Amino acid sequence: MKPAPFAFVRPSTLDDALAALAADPGGKVLAGGQSLVPLLSMRLASPTALVDINALPDLGHVRVAEDGVRVGALARHADVLADAAARESQPLLAMALSHVAHATIRNRGTTVGSLVHADAAAEMPMVLRLLDGHVEVASVRGRRTVPAAELFAGPLESTLAHDEIALEAFFPALAPRAGVAFEEVARRHGDYALVGVAAHAVCDGDTVTSARLGFVSVSDVPVVVDVTDALDDPAGRALADLEPGDDIHATADYRAHLVRVLAPRVLAAAIEHARSNA
Amino acid sequence: MSEQQHDVRLRVNGSVHEVRVPARRLLSDALRHDCGLTGTHVGCEHGVCGACTVLVDGRPTRSCLMLAVSAVDAEVTTVEGLTEPDGSLSPVQQAFSDCHGLQCGFCTPGFLTTIAAGLEDNPDPSEDEAREMVAGNLCRCTGYQNIVKAVLRAAEIKAGS
Repeated sequence: MKPAPFAFVRPSTLDDALAALAADPGGKVLAGGQSLVPLLSMRLASPTALVDINALPDLGHVRVAEDGVRVGALARHADVLADAAARESQPLLAMALSHVAHATIRNRGTTVGSLVHADAAAEMPMVLRLLDGHVEVASVRGRRTVPAAELFAGPLESTLAHDEIALEAFFPALAPRAGVAFEEVARRHGDYALVGVAAHAVCDGDTVTSARLGFVSVSDVPVVVDVTDALDDPAGRALADLEPGDDIHATADYRAHLVRVLAPRVLAAAIEHARSNA
Repeated sequence: MSEQQHDVRLRVNGSVHEVRVPARRLLSDALRHDCGLTGTHVGCEHGVCGACTVLVDGRPTRSCLMLAVSAVDAEVTTVEGLTEPDGSLSPVQQAFSDCHGLQCGFCTPGFLTTIAAGLEDNPDPSEDEAREMVAGNLCRCTGYQNIVKAVLRAAEIKAGS
């Protein structure tokens, strides 16, 4: 339960951090470390070098503008959760963040780090995907914007190159006549969800013009299903696309059952939210 | 090839500790082995049990999920740092004693640090909020009832002092 040896740098400029990452293909970025350090201790990951970005300036922000919320790479989950303006701009952030681990983990873990850790059992990658947000990344080769739809490659694998650092995530604001909701089932509050479901709905009067569901813990990557044409059976529509897996925590059948319970409930809550947001 | 060592200045409970550690030294181990502060207990070593919780700049943090070399700019408070300046028990420590909030005591340092910070944020928690405050810490002895009572009792002691 102790990490294997690795080289360590704690640069104070972004250029130094990018150069250090570029210099070692086996290097990893260390931000909050709440997912990475356990992987090191259990020796499931053995990077040759860690580039600690905690001393970099100007990355701790939670910035709210008309178009949405920008979260810097060093903003902790707790900072985002506590930000009243962020909650108002995009209520799904706080709805989901309150389910991210326990408060002690949220004090250190970063939202952007959770995104690029790309765990399909984690809430925030799914939230970014459902809201069609994006991540700004940098490397010695330049900067680029990665849309959420192109961020997740596989289990615990993002599409970022080894020399790239995610600097900021963008979560779009909730539009007028749109609504969101989130619910998950876990053994204990703060544990990984057996199944989590978020919904995003848009209404025009009594008509639901768009309904999409995002799922936690039912596939290898964060997945979003459009159920606009299946409002009376959103779970059936979703399960046609999903293949919930078996593991020590739940059987595939039980996960499918939870999808059937949660999907209609969460969708109804999002539609109600959308109607009150006219 | 011998492993590279790093000179790290840790600020713990108001004192500076100059330690020489490999990058992979967990903060929990640095506190115990390099600073000699064995009040911080190490249980699961992957962030689940909460026994190693310390305050990093006042916020409860798992010391097993932080590297000592990452703690250079931080002010760390361990359970040893909770005691009042005159050596008497802090409100949370007194409340654990009053309410029989511990049996074997292994998990207790993590509860004490978590609750000390929790009561700074929320000085008058309801019973539900007290439960939520300690939800990230495991105790295998007490069944938690007396720990929840101790949270509420600590809030009373703090309010009265």
